[in-house]
This record gives sequence, C-alpha cells and structure tokens, in this order.
Amino acid sequence: MIRFERVSKRYPNGCEALSDLSFEVPVGEMAFLTGRSGAGKSTVLKLIALLERPTRGQVIVNSQSTARLPARRIALFRRQLGVVFQDHRLLMDRPVFDNVALPLIVADTSFKEIDRRVRAALDQVGLLGKERRAPTELSVGEQQRVGIARAIVSKPPLLLADEPTGNLDATLAAEVMNLFRRFNEVGVTVLVATHDRRLVQSCGLREIQIEQGRALDRLEDPAAEPITIHGPAALL
Amino acid sequence: MASLSNWISRHGHALVSSVGHLARNGLATLLAVGVMGLALALPLGLNTLVGNARLATGDFSGALGMTVYLKLPANEQTAQRLAQALRERAGVAEVQVTTAAQALEEFRSQPGLGSALDSLTDNPLPDVLTVRPAANATSPAQLDALRAAVEALPEVDSVQLDRDWLLRFNALLDLLRRVLWITAALLGAGVVAVVGNTIRLEIRTRSAEIEVIQLVGGSRGFVRRPFLYTGTLYGAVAGVLAWLLVTAARVALNPGVVRLASAYGQSFSLVGPSLRELGYAVICGLALGWIGAAVASSREIGRSAPRY
Repeated sequence: MIRFERVSKRYPNGCEALSDLSFEVPVGEMAFLTGRSGAGKSTVLKLIALLERPTRGQVIVNSQSTARLPARRIALFRRQLGVVFQDHRLLMDRPVFDNVALPLIVADTSFKEIDRRVRAALDQVGLLGKERRAPTELSVGEQQRVGIARAIVSKPPLLLADEPTGNLDATLAAEVMNLFRRFNEVGVTVLVATHDRRLVQSCGLREIQIEQGRALDRLEDPAAEPITIHGPAALL
Repeated sequence: MASLSNWISRHGHALVSSVGHLARNGLATLLAVGVMGLALALPLGLNTLVGNARLATGDFSGALGMTVYLKLPANEQTAQRLAQALRERAGVAEVQVTTAAQALEEFRSQPGLGSALDSLTDNPLPDVLTVRPAANATSPAQLDALRAAVEALPEVDSVQLDRDWLLRFNALLDLLRRVLWITAALLGAGVVAVVGNTIRLEIRTRSAEIEVIQLVGGSRGFVRRPFLYTGTLYGAVAGVLAWLLVTAARVALNPGVVRLASAYGQSFSLVGPSLRELGYAVICGLALGWIGAAVASSREIGRSAPRY
C-alpha cells in the first residue's frame, strides 16, 4: 500500500528531514511510525498525502508513484486516504454532520448517500445522535472521534493518523487505538505516527522507527520476543 | 441525468454557502457592495447624461433649417415643383416655400423699407425653400450630404446651413462619450480590484477551512467555486445598486431640468436609465465581479499544498 524507496527530503531552508528512507507497509497492515519530534514522522505523512514531494527517491501509494502525479490529479489522489490529525482540524463553525460529510461533498456524492454514510461513520465512532452539535460542545475525545469519522466516511483504503492520541489521556487514547484496529480488521491499511511508546508497545504491532531521517524498521511481537522489544530488527 | 443533478447540487451548494457567508459578514458585504455600486454608478450616470443630451438635440432639430435660394428669375411653379421633390426625399421632414412675392411683402411690412422697395420696378428677390431635416437625419454627415444633393440641383443658386453650433455640440457629445468610456474602463478596473481584495481577505480568513477541504481531496475548483460565486454576486448586487443610484439621481434632478427647459420654451424631461441598462449594469457587474474573484482566488489558493 505504501512503499518508500530511498526517499530523501530536503526543505528549501536546507533542513534535511529524511535521508535515504526506505520502508513498506503492505495492504491490510496496521503499523506505527515512531521517533522523536523532528525525526521526520510528519514529513513521511506529508509525502504520502502529497503535501510535499520528495527531493530524491520514490513514494508509491496504492500502486501509484506520487512523483508522476500531475498537480490537477492530487485532489483525486487524496480521496483514497483518510487523515486524522492531532488537533483534529475540525471546522468549529459547522455542525458535526457537515464536518464528517466534507470528504463526500468534495467528491460529489448525492445527498441521500451523504446522509446514510455520515450516520454510518458516526455510528462507528459512537457519536450517532450528535450530528447537529457544534464541535465546541463536544469533549476533546469526542472531537477527535469526529475527526476519525471524517477520515473514514469515504471508506478510503488507507488511513493515516498524525499523533491521534497526543491530546488524549490513556483511556481515550486506548479507545482511539481500538477504533483504528477495528478499521484495520475490515481491511483498511493504517499508518499511525506517534511518539507514545507505551501505546505502541501495548498494541504489539509493527513499528517503523525513524531516527534522523532513516528507518529502523522492526516488527514487534511481544508473544515471541517479550523482552527484546527495543532490539533492532529486520530493516527492509 | 445523475451527473446533471450532481452538477446542479454542487453549484447550488456553492451558491448557498456564498450567500450564507455574505449574509453573515453583513457590514463588510455592505461596504464592498457600496463601493462597487458607486464605481458602477458613475459610468452609468454619464451614459444616461449622454443619452439625455442626444434626446435634447433631437428636439433642437426642429430649430435647424436649411435655407435654399433658387436661381433668378423667380418662378413659383418651379419652386413648388422643387419643394415637392424635396419633400419626397429621405431625411427631409418639411419643406416650406417662400415665394419672391411673399418675401417682398414681408420686406414691405418692415418699417422704413416700404418706400424704398416701391421704387423697384422688378422684384429682385429669389424664391426661397426652407428645408427642415428629419429628426433622425441631423448628424453633420447627413446634413452635409443633404446640402450637397440640394446644391447640385440645377435650379438652386445657393444653400445656407447654419450647422456650426450643431457640429460643436456633436463634438462635445463625442468627447463626453469618450470620457464615459475612459471612466467606465477605470472604474471597471476599480471594481475588479475591490472584488479581488475583498475575496482575497475572505480567502485568508477562511484559510483553515480551505486547508481541510484540500486535505480531504477537495479540488482547486471546488475550493474556488464559492469564492467565484461570492464575487459574481457582489458584482450583480453592485450593478443593481448603481442603477438604483442613477435612477434616484434622475428623479432628484428632473424637476430642475423641466424648469430649465420650459424657461427655454421647450418641454423636456430626463429619461432613463432604462430596464435594459439595468440588465447591462448587472451583466457588467457580474463579469467584473467574476474576474476579480477569479484573479484573487487563483493567486491565493494554491494548487495542492496547504500547510500540514
């Protein structure tokens, strides 16, 4: 689903965010992208969502090379991804329904279909019945779940999350993680960027660790190797 | 069918959301539309002025006459025949015959001339035709053509046409029309700038929303659409406002004009702007608003890269 081939990214200010990064997330997998702040996690997500283009190397998403994608096709390309942000990025002056409906509206979905799918998405995140509420009336955890409903409403094959639990306490964070796992179980490829190591460990899923723009890829399997969790494992 | 209804619904969505934004930003909308309405009102007002001036000269054409002196010796039959022929020409409203005898009578009635004329054995005066051009044939070129045609007639000795004032007046109207075009061009550019700036500010204030829309796969066209509608609506409303302003000015000025005209013995009342001009004003407003919004949104909304 996602393949980085020797990707480097240098920003115009000269800062090299990624150097020679390679990793792959196969279809249907759920993986974590970890590393300290500034390690390049956000840059990886930006490259996948085509908010940035790599300086060198190839980024392949859903069998499409992003490098050859013309600018006018980017909007269409982004409809294959659902993105969840740490600060949820909701439109605070619009009700919950409008926020969740946004990806469907931009894709010219019929009103009937929008209504049906928004309800289904809100049901999945446990917010059915709060369509008319303003996001400001909701708790932080609920706001984050509205953001998740928006990311999945168009049933994208790939879900990206940038520090989705950054503003949540442990219980809410675990809830959000469970949501992601449920989507993953029905076939959605999920990539979660986080610096929350405990969360990663508790999930026992593959971790792609980035340090200074390079990947230290490892598969965490607590059942098989409960002690050497932090040992470097298979690089791609 | 499905794609048509989708098209309608997504444009309807954009239109409704633009109207909603305009209504929510009441004061800003009012100021922007006010400035644009004033800018459009000036050329529209000038146009109405030129139109009224032309109507007024149409009235003056009644006072415009061509005096045709026929060759001597005077012969009433020839004069009448010629008058009849001229009446049938296009561009001629009326031909009046003043025979040599009538002219002599007129002179005789003037005090002091009577006895002098008595000493004449022959009538030295020619027959005279007064040709009044039709109201739709009073341009300098048309008058010159008529004059040349009349002069070419073998019975005609000379033609006198006092058209200098008309030439001057037409030159003045022409100048006014040029001023109108220059004003329209400058203020049209002003309208584009006002719309452009208003839309630019609105895009800035809604940048968070635009970023989110682009992140969830909204195309540039989708993002621009409500702003284009907003600009176009601004222009259309400004066009209506301009028309209302000029109409109000016309109503306010009319009594004064009627009084002035009657002091000159004319009955004249200001006309317009017409409903057709309302249509033109709205169409110009629409077009200028759209251009302003298109320029601003294409500069302000990037193709693909919102901040993350």
